[in-house]
Amino acid sequence: MKALAARRHHRFAPAVLLLLALLVTGALYAALAPSQATAESTTAQDVQAGKALFAANCATCHGVGAVGTSETPSLVGVGAAAVDFQVSTGRMPMQMTGPQAEVKPAQFDADQTRQLAAYVASLAPGPSIPSAEAVDPTLGDASNGAEIFRTNCAMCHNAVGAGGALSEGKYAPSLWSTTPTQIYEAMVTGPQSMPVFNENNITPEEKRDVIAYLVEQREGSAGGDPLGSLGPVSEGVWAWVIGIGALIGAAVWIGAKSS
Amino acid sequence: MTTTEATAPAPAVPTTPAGRAADYLDQRTGIGVAVKAFARKVFPDHWSFLLGEIALYSFVVLIITGIFLTMFFVPSMGLTTYDGPVTTLQGQTVSEAFNSTLRLSFEVRGGLLMRQIHHWAALIFVASAVTHMMRVFFTGAFRKPRELNWMVGFTLLILSLLAGFSGYSLPDDVLSGNGLRITDGVVKSIPIIGSYLSYFIFGGEFPGHDIIPRLFTVHVLLIPGLILALVGLHLLFVVLHKHTQYPGGGRTDKNVVGFPLFPVYVAKAGGFFFVVFGLLALMGGTMAINNVWNYGPYDPSPVSAGAQPDWYMLFLEGSLRLMPGQAEVVIGGFTLSLNVLIPAVVIPGLLFTFLALYPFVEAAITKDKSPRNVLDRPRNVPTRTGLGVAFLTAFIILALAGSNDLIATHFRLSINSITWVLRFALFIAPVIAFWCTKRICLGLQRKDRELVLHGHEHGRIVRTETGEYFEVHKPLTEQERWLRVNYTAHAPLELSEAAYDATTGEKNPRYRKAKRWSALSRFFFQDRIEPVTPAELEAAQHHAHPAPELAARQPETDGRVGS
Repeated sequence: MKALAARRHHRFAPAVLLLLALLVTGALYAALAPSQATAESTTAQDVQAGKALFAANCATCHGVGAVGTSETPSLVGVGAAAVDFQVSTGRMPMQMTGPQAEVKPAQFDADQTRQLAAYVASLAPGPSIPSAEAVDPTLGDASNGAEIFRTNCAMCHNAVGAGGALSEGKYAPSLWSTTPTQIYEAMVTGPQSMPVFNENNITPEEKRDVIAYLVEQREGSAGGDPLGSLGPVSEGVWAWVIGIGALIGAAVWIGAKSS
Repeated sequence: MTTTEATAPAPAVPTTPAGRAADYLDQRTGIGVAVKAFARKVFPDHWSFLLGEIALYSFVVLIITGIFLTMFFVPSMGLTTYDGPVTTLQGQTVSEAFNSTLRLSFEVRGGLLMRQIHHWAALIFVASAVTHMMRVFFTGAFRKPRELNWMVGFTLLILSLLAGFSGYSLPDDVLSGNGLRITDGVVKSIPIIGSYLSYFIFGGEFPGHDIIPRLFTVHVLLIPGLILALVGLHLLFVVLHKHTQYPGGGRTDKNVVGFPLFPVYVAKAGGFFFVVFGLLALMGGTMAINNVWNYGPYDPSPVSAGAQPDWYMLFLEGSLRLMPGQAEVVIGGFTLSLNVLIPAVVIPGLLFTFLALYPFVEAAITKDKSPRNVLDRPRNVPTRTGLGVAFLTAFIILALAGSNDLIATHFRLSINSITWVLRFALFIAPVIAFWCTKRICLGLQRKDRELVLHGHEHGRIVRTETGEYFEVHKPLTEQERWLRVNYTAHAPLELSEAAYDATTGEKNPRYRKAKRWSALSRFFFQDRIEPVTPAELEAAQHHAHPAPELAARQPETDGRVGS
């Protein structure tokens, strides 16, 4: 103890203590943090196959070992969820640069996507692909989901998920055809302009509620054709085109001379 | 109709049940006189005269459906828990107003249909009123003696905007609450009285508990009452002034050419009411409008993407969206929010002042004192037509700016670029629109002149014995010519005041004002195409063709050159 007391005032002591504290915190977090349920277990073959696919299709931009370049992000630690989201929606591999990566038909099949995800997940831990139960809309509470969506998502994605504009040509896409798994993955990984909604912002159960709300919107409106669910602008366009258009047509017919 | 005139002392005792009923009524009210006068009243026939009728009929539909809605709507901001059939709202805390809107939509038979018809009818009501106003403006139907009726119509437009806005705000959903929040901000931007006015309107700090009951009274009592009274006055003026008519053979400022109200127009107008009602019901039944359950109950924090007002308020939204935010200044500790005041108060103020005062300005610069019952063809008043198109251009640009986010997503554009383009376009495009419209009008007038002087081209080239070629033109019929020559091309006002008094040599105080009016008059009428005078016409016909009798001899066979 005497030796310790003697070195208490050493100028590196605070740094050493800080390091120790960080180590303890990190170890405790790793031990106690809720680990996400992994949907499918991955094998070493998956990682190997994924590595080959990555080298052939992704490494051009993201670099060998997925460490990124000055132009592209590193994929170390983005997790399987990010890979599954980007690749299954066709956003990656990106075809061309632009305000943001566009949705297009997926380039890889489900197996290849799983292999790519396994490879990226093997580089460092990150959010994993949610289980089927975690995204099952029938288990969610749509009313609670509506409230969460209204306060966290609707300002970009529109009240029912029809999408909306962001700055400089970027946009929040429509969520009509996004699968529950993709919606969940987007929330945990925050692709492109979207913020990350971690488990403290929105718990996994609440994420499922949001999914339940969004899936319920796909049933259409009780009032008839929802006109794109875009609100008063599209209603105004139809009032002029159909309403005033038809009524002026009727007026011309009525005003026409019978002779 | 004959039976209603049975008050004559002579026998003529009515025999049919309808006749007896009419006679009973007439002997007690003397209504026969009114029916006789109205039934014989002549109206000119044109489709554009029915635009105002669309507005009238959609207003009737608004009243019918509105009465239904008041039976179920609860105008209260008291809180309750929703437990109705909409699963995405169950268990949420909502206001009584929102709750009752959902109840009347989902639990009252036919309620959603009524609500949707009401909302569509509101959009169509304002749209048809605007279209009607365009017709009146571009044809000069606001000229003497109808300036006051223009003012009545203008007031009706403002009232219908207020009616729409107050109704839009009633369901207490997020979207309507956003609209009220903007209103609150606009009111507060008014210097000095703004914050007091906002507290006055909302009964305290926004949103308070008073605004929905207050808007309800405004929406179902005050504004409809005023609109009804003014619609009555509007129509009374039409009867007093008699209807305007388009120019044509036999139509003058002193007659009305058309069909009597009974039976032709009673049938047409009655039928048209059902066409309007039918279409509105069809729209209400098949096209969803303002699905408040999607927006959710009002809460001051959320704003969803695509939050916009109904189309007639979109120009205000666009005006606010275009305004750069840096214009807010602080003077001696007091904030002057020019970034809100200019787009939300000054710009609409300018647009509406132009609309309200235009007839009086035009009367002042033409010094035209005679009643004008024959309408102008828009081309014959190029500056007015140009100004009208410039006004509409500014309005449309503002409405587009209000939809800039949807334009960005649907046309894959950058919202920033759209905003910058529209900021410049708001000032440049109306000028270009004015100039193009005026030039097109002048071009059409020149074409009319050419047609009157030289007749229709016939496509037949004739060679005379001396080897001269000319094209045979077919002269216009009387009707065609009347349409093209029967208008007044006003000349700029002569300056009526001298700069200095002739006797004393002092400056004339009225000179500057007269000079300004004269400059405005020059702007309007400097470029003008005079109608063809009879003398010009005769001269043109006299030396048009070297041998008209030769042309007359030519067989009407074909268009071969030099046959």
